[in-house]
This record gives sequence, structure tokens and C-alpha cells, in this order.
Amino acid sequence: MELVAKARAGNRRALARLITLVEAGDAQAQTALAALYPYTGHAHIVGVTGAPGTGKSTLVTQLALHWRSLGRTVAVLAVDPTSPFSGGAILGDRIRMQSLGGDSGCYIRSMASRGSLGGLSRATGDAVKVLDAAGFDIVIVETVGAGQAEVEIAREAHSVVVVEVPGMGDDIQAIKAGILEIADVFVVNKADREGVERTVRQLQMMLHLGSGEHRDGWEPPIVQTVSNTGKNIAEAAAAVERHFEHLKNNNLLELRERERIEREWKMIMRESLLRQLLQRLEPQQYEQLLNQMAERQLDPYAAAKQAIETVLELS
Amino acid sequence: MERPIRVLVAKPGLDGHDRGAKVIARALRDAGMEVIYTGLQQTPQMIVEAALQEDVDCIGLSILSGAHMTLLPKITTMLRENDGADILVVAGGIISDEDALTLRNEHGIAGIFGPGSSTHAIIDFIREHVQRSSVEG
Ligand code: B12
Ligand SMILES: Nc1nc2c(ncn2[C@@H]2O[C@H](COP(=O)(O)OP(=O)(O)O)[C@@H](O)[C@H]2O)c(=O)[nH]1
Ligand SMILES: [Mg+2]
Repeated sequence: MELVAKARAGNRRALARLITLVEAGDAQAQTALAALYPYTGHAHIVGVTGAPGTGKSTLVTQLALHWRSLGRTVAVLAVDPTSPFSGGAILGDRIRMQSLGGDSGCYIRSMASRGSLGGLSRATGDAVKVLDAAGFDIVIVETVGAGQAEVEIAREAHSVVVVEVPGMGDDIQAIKAGILEIADVFVVNKADREGVERTVRQLQMMLHLGSGEHRDGWEPPIVQTVSNTGKNIAEAAAAVERHFEHLKNNNLLELRERERIEREWKMIMRESLLRQLLQRLEPQQYEQLLNQMAERQLDPYAAAKQAIETVLELS
Repeated sequence: MERPIRVLVAKPGLDGHDRGAKVIARALRDAGMEVIYTGLQQTPQMIVEAALQEDVDCIGLSILSGAHMTLLPKITTMLRENDGADILVVAGGIISDEDALTLRNEHGIAGIFGPGSSTHAIIDFIREHVQRSSVEG
């Protein structure tokens, strides 16, 4: 595929087109992904998540500037929610990322979450593959940590940064959203504000409340930053890099990758099987089963069994 | 499923009037489009770079500062030079009829919408013209 060669040679228009393609997820996307796949597996994928307004985009910008200053190329994928009412979205993360402009070693792409849960992690996962294959050293994925979908995306990353801020009520946001478990690094941003110590203490307590055993033998460090002035950004970046080194040195990177690939493979098979099943089911039978369930004559498990058995016999 | 139209909404130059741009961004979102909003004080370089990185179908420029005759042609020229001539460019704000005519005829700004324009007209215009320009894309 010509686009892939061009994108790998540094053509930004081709890269941008490829992401549009894989995001659409159609047949053309599969051709593109097949061509890209052999070149993936080199980038360090960093997820950054947290509540709206905690300073994720500002932090991501500073991290990117830091890594650029060390000569590493950086791509940013900024994901924002799609409006459930119109299907449209306002993607505003770039407003904070102006200082990354005019640098050919940096690429920023905004992405709307569009439809469903599984669909979102598929689209972002595939966009990350494009950026990885294009040769970026680091790919940062920013998501709003508000729900399951975002946690899913974060799970696709090698290193997950969870951003908290002081004074957001008594409980730390991460506990509510259930994203505490996925954090590899905690950043307490807006450390120029009152209540930082308290937030840090709470986080430390949370971390030690558990069984004492940390996932992968890694205790998530807590870094205090002021992202709009750049304070402690080098420390945050170093913590992320240390985590990646930890994964690599303990053969955990390979393990995580295998797990991720397995999840992805199963998800693709699940989607594909369902599609094929529905294609082969006679429309009358489909309607009939649906009616029977609606009239409480048949339960969904029995209906699923019938549908699957009919199709398997036919094929 | 058809993919949503992607639009970059930007304010070129040193112009702080951002109500119009925000109204347009929201209207386009409510019409099902994905709007990348880059905010104030954008140079032509920044706008073109963002449009290409985001692979948008349309660029919407809001300008009320009076600098449109220098800034808007710069943007369309840079787009052409950077392989982005297929991107639809529309503008709005305080632009005289005379200037609008020149911008449309000589500088590739496809549609210009002044104060009081209905957002429906703008949405329809973008839908109609984007489809035409992205046929080969
Ligand atoms: C509100 C206002 C302000 C507010 C702005 C608040 C804000 N955050 O936006 C404040 C008080 C800050 C302000 C300041 C100034 N203003 Co003022 N301001 C206005 C005013 C009264 C209304 C603008 C407005 O918000 N309209 C409402 C929005 C919704 O309308 P709109 O922007 O026109 O958008 C519509 C269309 O134009 C179009 N559209 C707009 N953008 C886009 C983009 C796309 C892609 C599309 C398709 C369509 C589109 O669709 C919209 C919906 O119909 C206008 C006069 C006027 N009647 O237009 C003067 C006006 C724009 N201001 C003017 C001036 C001179 C100034 C100042 C320089 C005054 C000064 N000497 O200090 C400063 C400059 C500030 C700066 N940093 O740039 C002049 C500009 C003259 C010119 N360009 O030749 C105007 C025209 C007043 C005048 N008659 O002199 N201003
Ligand atoms: N006081 C303070 N404000 C910050 C800090 N980091 C970011 N902000 C501001 O917080 C607001 C939201 O930032 P943004 O990066 O858009 O947050 P996001 O929604 O999490 O991506 C902006 O006004 C930033 O300037 C910080 O460390 N301290
Ligand atoms: Mg953000």
C-alpha cells in the first residue's frame, strides 16, 4: 500500500489519511493495517487519563516537549467524547498544544470516541498502530477518565499515567472511576494549589491499603507537577520511562503485549463471528426469535442457541 | 455507516472575538460533525499544519479584526503548496461584500458568512461542498 510507504517516509498527509482510514474500520482499513502491522511494536505507548480539566492536555504537551528536547519523536492521540445526541464532537485538546506546532518530529491527532465501547478501543488501538508503524518513538494517548471505555483504552498502553488534582472533594477521582488499578504513575497536577499534600497522602494511603503486593512488582510513584509552568515535568517523564524499563527488564513487556494481542484477536473474532452469524440468519427467523423473546415465550439464551445451531447446520 | 465530516474551526491573527467561532463550532457539532477547535491567535502556518494533521474535510475561519485580506489568502496559498487544495475553506465574521467577492473569486474561499447568517445555511453549505471535494479522497 502506497500510503504506508509514504507515511513511513515522513509524509504527514499520508499519515493523516491512514488514520482516517483505519478509524473508519472498513475493508480498506484492513488492507492498510495488514501493510502496517509488520512495522509496529517499537513505540513506547503512554496513556494519560484523568477527569476533565485536571490538566491532561497541558501535561501531555510538556511531556512531549521534554521528550522532543531529548531528540525523541512524539505522536499524540487526543480522544474526546462524541455527543450521544448528534454524533458530533468538539475536540479542543489542541488549544493547549500550540507549543508543539511547527515541529516535524511531533504529530497531534484529535479523535472522537464515536460509537460503542469496543469500537472505541478498536479505533484508538488501530490509530496507535499507524503512529507506531510511522516510526514515532513515543505515542501518547490522552483520554478523559470517566468510564469503562477510557479504562479500556488505557489498558492498551504500556505505561498509564493517572492525573489527579488537589481539592476535588474528599475522595480521589480515580477511586470513583475505578482507574486506580490501572495507574503505573500518578501525577498530582496543579501542585501550585492548596491541598496537594492531602491529595498525595490520600493516594499513598490508597496504594498501601491494598494487599501490599503491587501489580507487576511495581509500586506506582506519585509525582507532583505544575504543568502550565513546567515544574517537575522531567520527574514525571522519568517516572514513565522508569516504568517502561521495569517492564522491559522483567520480561513484562512481552507478556503485556501478548495479552493485549490476545484480547484484540478475540475481540475481532467475536465481532466478525457475530456479523457472519447475523448475515446468515434468515430475516424471518430473526424476527420470529425476537418476537418470541418479546412475548416471553423464549429466553435470550435459548434464542441464541437456536440461532447459532440453525446457522451451523446450514453451513 | 458514513464517517462524520471533520472541520477545523480556527481564529487567525490577533483577534479576540471568539463568540462567532464558538457558536459555529457548537452548531456544527450539533449537526453531527467532528469539530477540532484550536482557539485564538492562530498563524496561517499553525492553521494549515493542524488541518493537515487532522485530515479535515473543511477549514472554517472566523475573523472580525479586519485583517482578512492578508491572512485568508495566505492560508489558501499555503494549503495549495502543501498538497491540501482539496480541503474546503469557508469563513465568517466582519468581511465587506467587496472583499468577500475577491476572496471567493481569487483566493479559493468557497463560502463567506457574515453577521446574522443562519447556522442552517452554513451547515448545508459545508455538507454540500465537502461531498463534492472529497470524491477522490
Ligand atoms: C461582542 C463584541 C466584542 C467583544 C468580544 C467578546 C468575545 N469574546 O467574542 C469585546 C468587547 C471583547 C470586543 C472587543 C473589541 N472589538 Co468588538 N465587537 C463585538 C460585536 C458588538 C459583536 C461580535 C459578536 O460577538 N457577535 C456575535 C457573533 C455570534 O456573531 P459573529 O461573530 O459575527 O458570527 C456570525 C457570522 O459572522 C458568522 N461567522 C463568524 N465566524 C464564522 C466562522 C465560520 C467558519 C463561518 C462559516 C461563519 C462564521 O456566523 C456567526 C453566526 O451568524 C461586534 C459588532 C458586530 N455587530 O458584529 C464588534 C466588532 C467586531 N468589534 C470591533 C472592534 C474594533 C473591537 C475592538 C478593537 C475595540 C477596541 N477598540 O478595543 C476590540 C478588539 C478585541 C480583540 N482582542 O480583538 C469592530 C471590528 C471592526 C472591523 N473589523 O473592521 C466591530 C465590528 C464593531 C464596529 N462596528 O466597529 N468586541
Ligand atoms: N494552576 C494550574 N493550572 C493548570 C495546571 N495544569 C493545567 N492547568 C490549567 O487547567 C486547565 C485545564 O487544562 P487542560 O490541559 O485542558 O485539562 P484536560 O481537560 O485535563 O486536558 C487549563 O486552564 C490549564 O491552563 C497546573 O499545574 N496548575
Ligand atoms: Mg484535554
